[in-house]
Amino acid sequence: MVSAIAADPREQRVWDELATIPDPEIPAISVVDLGVIGSVHVDEERVRIELLPTFVGCPAIGVMQEQITARVSELGLAAAVEVVVTFDPPWTSDRISAEGRERLRLSGFAPPQSMPAGPALGQLDELAVLPMAVCPYCGSRNTTLDNPFGPTLCRAIYHCADCRQPFEQFKQV
Amino acid sequence: MTAVAPDLDVTAREALAELLLSVADDEFIIGFWDSEWTGIAPMLEEDVATSSIAQDEIGHARALYELLAELTGQDADLIAYGREPDAFRHAALLNHARGDWAFSVARRYLYETADAVRLGSLARSAHEPLALLAGKMRREETYHLMHAEAWLRRLAGGAPDRLADAIATLWPDAQEVFAPLAAESTLVRTGLLPEPMASLHATWQARVRPELLPIAGELPAAAPTRDGRAGRTDEFRWLHAEFTSVFASEEGATW
Repeated sequence: MVSAIAADPREQRVWDELATIPDPEIPAISVVDLGVIGSVHVDEERVRIELLPTFVGCPAIGVMQEQITARVSELGLAAAVEVVVTFDPPWTSDRISAEGRERLRLSGFAPPQSMPAGPALGQLDELAVLPMAVCPYCGSRNTTLDNPFGPTLCRAIYHCADCRQPFEQFKQV
Repeated sequence: MTAVAPDLDVTAREALAELLLSVADDEFIIGFWDSEWTGIAPMLEEDVATSSIAQDEIGHARALYELLAELTGQDADLIAYGREPDAFRHAALLNHARGDWAFSVARRYLYETADAVRLGSLARSAHEPLALLAGKMRREETYHLMHAEAWLRRLAGGAPDRLADAIATLWPDAQEVFAPLAAESTLVRTGLLPEPMASLHATWQARVRPELLPIAGELPAAAPTRDGRAGRTDEFRWLHAEFTSVFASEEGATW
């Protein structure tokens, strides 16, 4: 598990703990590798964690808040643990770590494509949806987008013409 | 928690509340109409797509109702589910029932294109929480717009008459997404709404008219009206009874 390096050892303990908490909808990846932890702050009174939802309407937000609160409370670092939902900065699929992408691929999800660099960079409200994803099973690029909407808000459905396998992609957003 | 938007005076706060409610109600109601296709869409992929889009839209509404609740000290669930039909402020476009697939595709296209123009402006709102949320929503809405445009092209080739009829029926009410708000001068002066509705409306028409010309012909001149977000149909009253049924069955319940 990848985890951030924090200057404060208490904050480091929180990051290490968060790195062991799985995403409720795709348990192969931790909330840290998914990039939904915006910040961790520990003082005498409380632990404050900022949570960045992948999708605004993600129904797993409440579950994530509960799981994170319960697990971080067990560390006993402060009297209160607060998990605050924020869109500052907005989560984008570029926040998924390299290790997170590999874990997604190993469990049969094509990782989202990285946003093209260049003029679009920094324009977080512009998004290019690509009709192709790399097949997580055989590595082929000979794939087609079957449905940009899948079983959860963050997943799209593709088909691989080479290994003839349908697969899901963690949507780029 | 610190006071939300302490820099805004009472007039500006009320204006912002009106803006937030109008956008939230639009998203909420289109989401519930979309959800009426779950299980009965023309194909399995569309069962999934309409359900997923509905979940997105209702999620956007929820986030907007929460911004409103923070601003006014109300409860977000109560705003969403505790109001009578006449207190809703969605645009007349969303008063119509689901209709057939061509009708839903026509409405989705008209709404998504209008919503895209509006979100582009709201992403620059002086109210930072709204600007951040609008920027985030805009990326998700890219998928909805892509879906609506793909179906518009598909039906233009397969059921052109039904699609053209639906567009002609919805065209006047579609303008009302840009209906002037009572407090609009305050919103524009404070930068809470960076452009007046009239200029967003012109941007939208310039975009959709050329796309609709080969499908529905030259559409008549049409403009938003002052009552564009008032007046509720029996079709909406039916939907309202549906989406409030759980809430009304045990008021104040939590789970």
